[in-house]
Amino acid sequence: MPVVVSVKPFFAVFVSLFLVPVLLSCRSPNVREAWTFVAAAVKFLLILSMLPEVMSGTEIVTHVAEVLPGLEIKFRVDALGMLFALVSSFLWIVTTAYSIGYMRGLAEHSQTRYFCYFSLALSATIGVAFSANLLTLYLFYEMLSLATYPLVTHHQDAEARSSGRKYLLYILGTSIALVLPAMLICYNLSGTLEFSSKGILGMDAGTPLVVTLLLMFVFGFAKAAVMPLHSWLPAAMVAPTPVSALLHAVAVVKVGAFSILRAVTGILGVDLLRNLHAGTIVCVLASATFLIASLIALSQDGLKRRLAFSTIGQLSYIVLGVALLSPKALMGGAVHIAMHAFGKITLFFCAGAIFVAGGKTRVSELTGIGIRMPFTMAAFFLGAMSVIGLPPTGGFISKWYLVLGTLEAKQWVFLVALLASSLLNAAYFLPIVYRAFFIVPEETSHDVSIHEAPPWCLVPLGITAAGSVVLFFYPEVFLGLAQIAAERLFGG
Amino acid sequence: MQAPALLVTVPLLGALLISITGRLNRKVCFPLAAVSLGVSLYLSILLLFAVLTEGEVFYKMGGWPPPWGISYHIDHLNALVLVVVSLVSFVNLPATYRYVHRDFADRTGPFYALYVLMVAGLLGIVVTGDAFNLYVLLEIAALTGYALIAMGEAEAPLASLNYVLMGTIGASFYLLGVGYLYIVTGSLNMWDIASLLPNLYQSKAVFAAFAIMMIGIWIKMAFFPLHAWLPRAYVYAPSPVSSLVAPLVTKVMVYVMIRMLLSVFTPDFAFSTLELSRAVVWLAVVAIVGAALLALAQQNLKKMLAYVIVSEVAYMVGGAWLGNRAGLTGSILHISNDALMTLCVFLAAGNIAYKGRGLDFSDLGGLFEKMPFTMAGLLAGALSIIGVPPTCGFFSKWYLISGAIQAGHYGFLVALLFSSLVHTVLFFRVIERCYFEPVGQSHGGHSSGKAMEEAPLSMVIPLLLVAVGLIVLGIYSRELVVNIIQYAVPASMV
Repeated sequence: MPVVVSVKPFFAVFVSLFLVPVLLSCRSPNVREAWTFVAAAVKFLLILSMLPEVMSGTEIVTHVAEVLPGLEIKFRVDALGMLFALVSSFLWIVTTAYSIGYMRGLAEHSQTRYFCYFSLALSATIGVAFSANLLTLYLFYEMLSLATYPLVTHHQDAEARSSGRKYLLYILGTSIALVLPAMLICYNLSGTLEFSSKGILGMDAGTPLVVTLLLMFVFGFAKAAVMPLHSWLPAAMVAPTPVSALLHAVAVVKVGAFSILRAVTGILGVDLLRNLHAGTIVCVLASATFLIASLIALSQDGLKRRLAFSTIGQLSYIVLGVALLSPKALMGGAVHIAMHAFGKITLFFCAGAIFVAGGKTRVSELTGIGIRMPFTMAAFFLGAMSVIGLPPTGGFISKWYLVLGTLEAKQWVFLVALLASSLLNAAYFLPIVYRAFFIVPEETSHDVSIHEAPPWCLVPLGITAAGSVVLFFYPEVFLGLAQIAAERLFGG
Repeated sequence: MQAPALLVTVPLLGALLISITGRLNRKVCFPLAAVSLGVSLYLSILLLFAVLTEGEVFYKMGGWPPPWGISYHIDHLNALVLVVVSLVSFVNLPATYRYVHRDFADRTGPFYALYVLMVAGLLGIVVTGDAFNLYVLLEIAALTGYALIAMGEAEAPLASLNYVLMGTIGASFYLLGVGYLYIVTGSLNMWDIASLLPNLYQSKAVFAAFAIMMIGIWIKMAFFPLHAWLPRAYVYAPSPVSSLVAPLVTKVMVYVMIRMLLSVFTPDFAFSTLELSRAVVWLAVVAIVGAALLALAQQNLKKMLAYVIVSEVAYMVGGAWLGNRAGLTGSILHISNDALMTLCVFLAAGNIAYKGRGLDFSDLGGLFEKMPFTMAGLLAGALSIIGVPPTCGFFSKWYLISGAIQAGHYGFLVALLFSSLVHTVLFFRVIERCYFEPVGQSHGGHSSGKAMEEAPLSMVIPLLLVAVGLIVLGIYSRELVVNIIQYAVPASMV
């Protein structure tokens, strides 16, 4: 496969890091946010400019520094990394607009700090996406954990404090206790941590070792929220909604799923895992996670909490897609990163808009809200359809491939689990839509005039909702990238 | 080349000069100290490059050949430690200028004389090739240390006395060991002893010498459970002294241990013949866990940091005693990394103390708003101690864990991970306090407004330089290992 050396990946990762000093020196909020837009746009365009090359099968590499013998900090843009980076950098632009509406609408404190850590988090996310080896990935993974801590705890009250503690304990704790030793064991066995389509361990690694390493990676990357290490995610909902939207529906959680994907495909290797039938155990964990999470979501009254449990479930779809170890399933899992991102971010944007417009946070308070906020709730409906996996939204595409993947791998059990989970998804989302549009509130004294959130909130959620639909009709870019990745991993 | 001799004699004479002229004019103390330590820094860097380009440097004091005269012997191992010692002591000087001139305005003469003399002692310990000379310099460094520590708060003299007793016991053990070696070999020169010892490895006296020396060194480096003197001494010492003593003294003693293991005795003797290697690493495991638990029990930033040092010492002892290349590399790399990160966190603690704030956890509220730069420094040091890449602490831990895996010593592996987790808890507990809690009122006289009350620039800039240094050192850690530490580990070790 052709490889090109370029500094573009380096700048794509760090452009948002360079933004921090700029933001700190800004006196006026307007200038500060203008710069954020500039950086977000530059980042997106840099990534976009690499798309044609990656689509043609080329990989783009930046060597940064060799920090350990035979181990570099190194970026490599391949199809999977490009897919993830494209989604997160595009959604950063949208979220920046939304943040302005949300943070100003609620007159939040410390907005400069907020924007600084947000851009740090985006640097780390793209860093993970473009990592060429596990060490680089680990570096940015930890950077992301630390950069998001002040965002989760933005309100600086007692609830934020305990949530932040849980957040760090789960995410930093597991990465130190599980990923670090797993990484060192791999390095000592093979002398490298470079992601390779054949894995780095060699085919003669024993089953106990491989299964142990696999579980260490799956649980160690706790950002993927595979049960029982999921409860940090509902706790993190204490953050301002744009943080929940971009970080805890897209960037952070998908960094977890993406890291598992990388460790499984690039370090352990699909051939080795297939030979040992080691994927099944992760499939079981993932299926259990999405079924249980969906059941819990049914009973959640807090809107953001319900969305969080839905996210826990949807992340395990990606993990399942990886662990099935078949090309179609992998494509489904990879494309689901993009599809779920657009759907779920829409839902969070809507939750935030409802909060900004009327201070409502609970599902039970949403009776008749579709009349007052028709636009928001229409977007909510589209987002929900995408997460459930109904046409004409993008979520249908990824679920379709996941289902094909279970058939390809001849894993009927997981097919049933997937379909059951889809029904559950419908069961926890559609009642919200029904309640919003078709139940008439009892107190008729309320005025029924339209009262939407400010346009800075509305436009972004319109864009992402429209995006969910557009991706149904034009999924080619993401499908193409996933196809390249699947071909590379499974050969032809 | 006279650099090895000047390296020690310049600060030695500098100390003398400061104590004399300091009586006449207090203003010259600081410049004199800065010049003498600057010269030492320059010479140690010069020596490092000399070692790198031309190989090991031998220097015969007064032209007397060993074993009659004292010889200095600089190889890759101590060239690196020399730079660390002189760099840390030099950086700490301007960083604590304001503090010293405020709190010891009438005693700057004695303070800087002791400071420079102590550094001379530490440099001497590292550079000397004579086992008895090492003892003498050990006492120079220790006695000046006792005096400096005793300059602190009301509890300081008692803590210092405690340190005197324990330190003297440790030094005496070491001296006893040297005596035994002298009896069996008739020599005090390390390389001379090393050439005579192999025939005597079965001798009980040699074993006794080795064991006694190790215990003495372990007391001096505060290897748990022989650490009891350290926390009180470092906590009650005045901040400018803590940030000199804490990064250097224990690390220099780790160097002495490694020197004894590698140069006076052979790795073969220490790790294979005696069959003690695994047992000592288990001691280190106990030490790491014990120190971590004790650190958890502390409610004061400086006390907590003191116990963190105790666990870091155990990292290095364990790494060295794994008896393989990776472990020893990690141990040596950690000497420089730990010195720098300890300096970083103690400078930050010093800045907080300078602003009249208490270091008890309950007094730390609101510090992110009041002292953002100091907190940035503290955070960088904390991340390095936890071992988050790309800070340097991550890389030494990487080698240490690699060593544990290669030696099949999973107890040490688990202890290292456990300690990283505990350090995470420790530091984020502090950070939580600083971030969530309102500004403490216990020390009166502070406005509770949001205005910044940062330490003066002369304290903040060195701190931030050290903080950046942690990352730079991390990124260049491969260069450090490939160019220097690789040669410090005997070629026979794999």
